[in-house]
Amino acid sequence: MKIIVCIKQVPDAKDVRLDPETNTLAREGVESIMNPFDQHALEAGVSLKESCGGEVTVLSMGPPQAEAVLRQAISCGADHAVLVSDRSFAGADTWATSYTLAKAVDQIGEYDLIICGKQAIDGDTAQVGPGLGMRLGIPYATCIQKICSADESTIVFERMMDDGYDVLQSGYPLLMTVVKDINEPRVPSLRGKMKAKKAEIRVLSAKDIAADPSCIGLPGSPTQVVKVFPPEPRGTRAIFTGDVDEQVEQLVEKLKPYLV
Amino acid sequence: MLKIDKKLCIGCGICEDQCPFAAIEIVDNIAVVGDNCNLCGACVEACEVEALSIDDTGKVVQDDLESWSGIWVFCEFTRGGLAAVSTELLGIGRTLADKRRVQLSAVLLGHKTGDCADTLIGHGADIVYRVDNPGLELFTDDMYEKVLSDLIKEHKPEVILAGATAIGRSFIPGVATSVDAGLTADCTKLEIREDDGALLQTRPAFGGNIMATIVCPHTRPQMATVRPKVMKERPFDTQREGQVIDIMATPRQLTSRIKVLESVTATQSNVNIQESDILVSGGRGLDSEKGFELIARLAEALGGNVSASRAVVDAGWIPYPHQVGQTGKTVAPKLYVACGISGAIQHVAGMQSSETIVAINRDAEAPIFNVADFGIVGDLNEVIPKLIAKIEEKRGS
Repeated sequence: MKIIVCIKQVPDAKDVRLDPETNTLAREGVESIMNPFDQHALEAGVSLKESCGGEVTVLSMGPPQAEAVLRQAISCGADHAVLVSDRSFAGADTWATSYTLAKAVDQIGEYDLIICGKQAIDGDTAQVGPGLGMRLGIPYATCIQKICSADESTIVFERMMDDGYDVLQSGYPLLMTVVKDINEPRVPSLRGKMKAKKAEIRVLSAKDIAADPSCIGLPGSPTQVVKVFPPEPRGTRAIFTGDVDEQVEQLVEKLKPYLV
Repeated sequence: MLKIDKKLCIGCGICEDQCPFAAIEIVDNIAVVGDNCNLCGACVEACEVEALSIDDTGKVVQDDLESWSGIWVFCEFTRGGLAAVSTELLGIGRTLADKRRVQLSAVLLGHKTGDCADTLIGHGADIVYRVDNPGLELFTDDMYEKVLSDLIKEHKPEVILAGATAIGRSFIPGVATSVDAGLTADCTKLEIREDDGALLQTRPAFGGNIMATIVCPHTRPQMATVRPKVMKERPFDTQREGQVIDIMATPRQLTSRIKVLESVTATQSNVNIQESDILVSGGRGLDSEKGFELIARLAEALGGNVSASRAVVDAGWIPYPHQVGQTGKTVAPKLYVACGISGAIQHVAGMQSSETIVAINRDAEAPIFNVADFGIVGDLNEVIPKLIAKIEEKRGS
């Protein structure tokens, strides 16, 4: 089975915050990590490869530094890595990103299954996976929590819904996005790490994927950020005083509007 | 590209501080932009000497912007009922439509929708496009995508809103790709400019640490998803009149390459925590799985549902659909009671839009108190039973 796993390098969200004193973004020591959901996508891809045979190609769009997460993916069992990187991709929204990834997938060639994380934790949009599936003209399903069975022609899996789950069956090719319930990502082996060090990362530019300049980066993005601002501070740190009985009494008084 | 006017730049470093991506550096008193610039515009906004600008030449402007008109709301109908977010969206949809002086239409897909179309009209819709077909009883991305995309291409609405539910977040991005629309996920605020009809879409990013306002100036339609509980529905008006237009689905629309073998509703108590008005959430402070019995009792006393932090889901104390936070669900109930949850940023990202937040924790220094409206410092095993007793006493009186 030929599997492509899409991964993204993201800033570790816990590090990105507004400094309450200066009201500027505190980004000292912000670490770049592989998007957590993508780690589960990668694990799903590698374990399918192990059970069905085949190979896993990891694909990322990002600046040259994103090579780090591709190497990490190889250390966890991916076979090939492709970085699609070009200054002209900057400012891409999910529309332009799914276009760019689709063009990159065309370059990679044949595939049976594409696996993405449900969403990236920097943007939280969950739009690139479905957008990529649409552009490639293949069926897609989001929020997969379990792969029940997979063979050469058919795959059966569970999609998480708001009030339960659906059991779905599909042929190939297929794109799926996964939630973290699907598996527990492995830690890289020593051999994997050695392999990752030596691995060759294939880098594709806008020209290499024959991208239409009006469809990539900022020009290709229908959405435009016009304003960025800190969220309104919330909470008052109002801790009740007194012993537990007194605190409970005060709280219940405050909760009155909800006790109807 | 981000342009830096070297004559204007004074090397003050404000842009460096503001950049969420650490992509700007001051070198020899001049701002220098790195490869990882994402053109988010935070620096442009912040620069006091207007030395920064974003060059968007090459942007293609759609030439038929004026021919797109009307506000649409995709109204979700599953398992025989309307999702609550549908009528909430008609509330904001009505506001937008009135401001633009255009019609508000609801799109209703499903099977055996009964008098739902009337419900939608009563809550603000002028027109209901109803596609009632046995083939649409169970949700599949490709069928829903084809039906909605075809309707959009035919009627050309300027704005399409949908709930950020499992279904909405799944097939709406497909629709946006199909109709070449800009799509903004999880908006918490929507406004419309009267003159050019630009939809001002505000949403949290970076786990809620930053808010961003997004527009689609050059393309139509403009699409947005909105989380449940964020918008307010209008009261049902029995006098309101509207038009129901029944649409026949075509065989092409009703074919799916993915087959639904089974649709399972969770057997345990309601797991759709995004639709709950009141949530009682448990964290590591519960000490063990048994602690959730206490949480469930409090939830019952308050008439709410049970949710949880990541730590206890990872520990296997409660299933993943109950998880609130960045890698779980984002909720915005009227009341959120955090019990034994420390309040890591990833958790706060998923619940900070709640109307009222109560924190109960034995550690007075826990960050959860920073976002709480009311807090009790104490042992859960002591506080919660007393709280339940007091609530029951209040209800009884």
